[in-house]
Amino acid sequence: MDINPILLLAAIMVASTPILLAAIGELVVERAGVLNLGVEGMMITGAVCGFIVAHSTGSATVGFIGAAVGGALVSTLFAVMVIFLMTNQVATGLALTLFGVGLAALMGQSYVAEGQIIVPKAPIPGLSEIPVLGPILFRHDLVVYLSVALVVLVWLFLTRSRAGLILRAIGENAEAAHALGHPVRLVRFLAVMFGGACAGLGGAYVSLVRVPQWIDNITAGAGWIALAIVVFASWRPGRLIIGAYLFGGVTALQLNIQATGLAIPVEYLSMSPYIATIIVLVALSAGRAPGSLGKPFHASS
Amino acid sequence: MIRLEKRPQPSQLWTYLTPVLAVVVTMVLGGVLFAFMGKAPLEAIRTIFWDPIFGEFAFYYRPELLKKAAPLILIAIGLSFGFRAGIWNIGAEGQYIIGAICGAGVALAFYPTEARWLIFPLMIVAGILGGLIWALIPALLKVYFRTNEILVSLMLVYVAEVLIKAFSVGLMRNPEGMGFPGSRNLRQYPAAANLELIANTGIHWGVITAVFAVIVAQVFFARHQFGFNVRLAGQSPRAATFAGVDPSRLVIICMCISGGLAGLAGLYEVAGPSGQILGSFPAYYGFTAIIVAFLGRLNPIGILLAGLLLALTYIGGDAASSSMNLPAAAIQVFQGMLLFSLLSLDVLTNYRIRLKKAQVA
Repeated sequence: MDINPILLLAAIMVASTPILLAAIGELVVERAGVLNLGVEGMMITGAVCGFIVAHSTGSATVGFIGAAVGGALVSTLFAVMVIFLMTNQVATGLALTLFGVGLAALMGQSYVAEGQIIVPKAPIPGLSEIPVLGPILFRHDLVVYLSVALVVLVWLFLTRSRAGLILRAIGENAEAAHALGHPVRLVRFLAVMFGGACAGLGGAYVSLVRVPQWIDNITAGAGWIALAIVVFASWRPGRLIIGAYLFGGVTALQLNIQATGLAIPVEYLSMSPYIATIIVLVALSAGRAPGSLGKPFHASS
Repeated sequence: MIRLEKRPQPSQLWTYLTPVLAVVVTMVLGGVLFAFMGKAPLEAIRTIFWDPIFGEFAFYYRPELLKKAAPLILIAIGLSFGFRAGIWNIGAEGQYIIGAICGAGVALAFYPTEARWLIFPLMIVAGILGGLIWALIPALLKVYFRTNEILVSLMLVYVAEVLIKAFSVGLMRNPEGMGFPGSRNLRQYPAAANLELIANTGIHWGVITAVFAVIVAQVFFARHQFGFNVRLAGQSPRAATFAGVDPSRLVIICMCISGGLAGLAGLYEVAGPSGQILGSFPAYYGFTAIIVAFLGRLNPIGILLAGLLLALTYIGGDAASSSMNLPAAAIQVFQGMLLFSLLSLDVLTNYRIRLKKAQVA
């Protein structure tokens, strides 16, 4: 069996979408100066919420909305602790991941045998008929387009809007932004919730489209890879797309190689996305993190 | 209006009080969770926390408690060095798995030679080295390429999980296992087995090593220059540099300690309670140990107590899942809630709560 390059590239778009969604959310969170290591936990919560909602309503769209709400809800737990109780962000993020993975397993256990809810493809009229580019770019479901649109919107928000400027100021120097009268806590709270909603959407894309059924530990480290991509992208949305598609590429390619039955053992192929993450982190983590990243903010200090 | 006022120094009293309070809060929240799931909350709490130690079948559960606590304590002691210095080794689970693979590899290579005086010590060395090397990867990458040790050590957990699955059906599969996945059972190989030293107590070499590690760590933190350097680097990296602490060396040493101990825990587990290399070998100890380290306040004695408590949740959780049909994942949620409430309550350690009327500006 040969690898069809057009199908492969289209598969890369699909494989990248969960990571891209989670990463664009985390990018906004980190630009506001909060390090949320709970992406994996929020993603898997979104995955289970999306799956349950989609199955009880029969609609994938409602499922995705449920996933975003679920991800945002679980992220408020983190937000309250980190922003109002000034807990250690690294430890709290880890707690969120441990908690989320357990919660998802608990909620999902009666859905293990459930079948698939079809997420309809939405080919874009006209554009999808372009040879080569059409099948690669324009014959996907709405969530794929949404993920790319979100990246563009976040880029516009961060670089072209006043609110985005305030968010970046808070991330660079929370004390100075506070002195200027900007609502540090409110902005950070909203940023964390946005990150949670995005991670939830990404998780639901895994459970409703990529896999698509419920299994324990379904996200398998995608949340952590999303965190790595934010570092790789040096906190810039443009590079984020490249990073996410690179990883999607490795994932899709190794699945394709597995299918061709090449002489490389399956196990060694399936560890390639994780190894690739490490290599990319080593080779390309040159960017500068937002100045206040990870530091708790307390108005009196 | 409630205001938080930063304490000049963390409160000594609350430092010791919050872990206890966190356990109580988690029991209450856990009870609410169990009630939500339609289980009797008090009965569930009693099944998890009381029956394994004092109940009718305590003679069975008590030894299990030590077997589960030993790896948690060993790993958490190692993590506490790095966590104190602000070095975040999150991949202990991976180092634990690789330690088990290396230790078991030595045993399987010597099979069926009967020379315990040689094989068992060699396995211990291999287990330590395996975990240590797996932890050295993120350490060296952090020192030389400034990569984030959290992400790298975590990615290596997934790699280790794939490796142990691959080995259990490939390289290390039992040739007499009739095609089933899994290596030879080391418990049935006297030269390599890590069995109970005194029958029905649960005490194997891992338990003894864990107690030993607690004592050594206590001495290090209280009496030795290195323990002081670790604390200094965590509290004030700049001051530590002026005091002549080399941050790169500290990263490497702390990662090696935590990796080595995690590998050692993996070896004792694979040669003892678990017995074989199998895809289902990873038991989440490496992650639960993070909770143990924090709950124990990164203090060796505290870690000893926290390790026993978390081991209890594992055992009580098992008991509750068989007698009350409580899903196994509920315990994981419970453990997550424990870390949440501990971290939240720490606000009392670092801040004073002031009740004040809102003033007109």
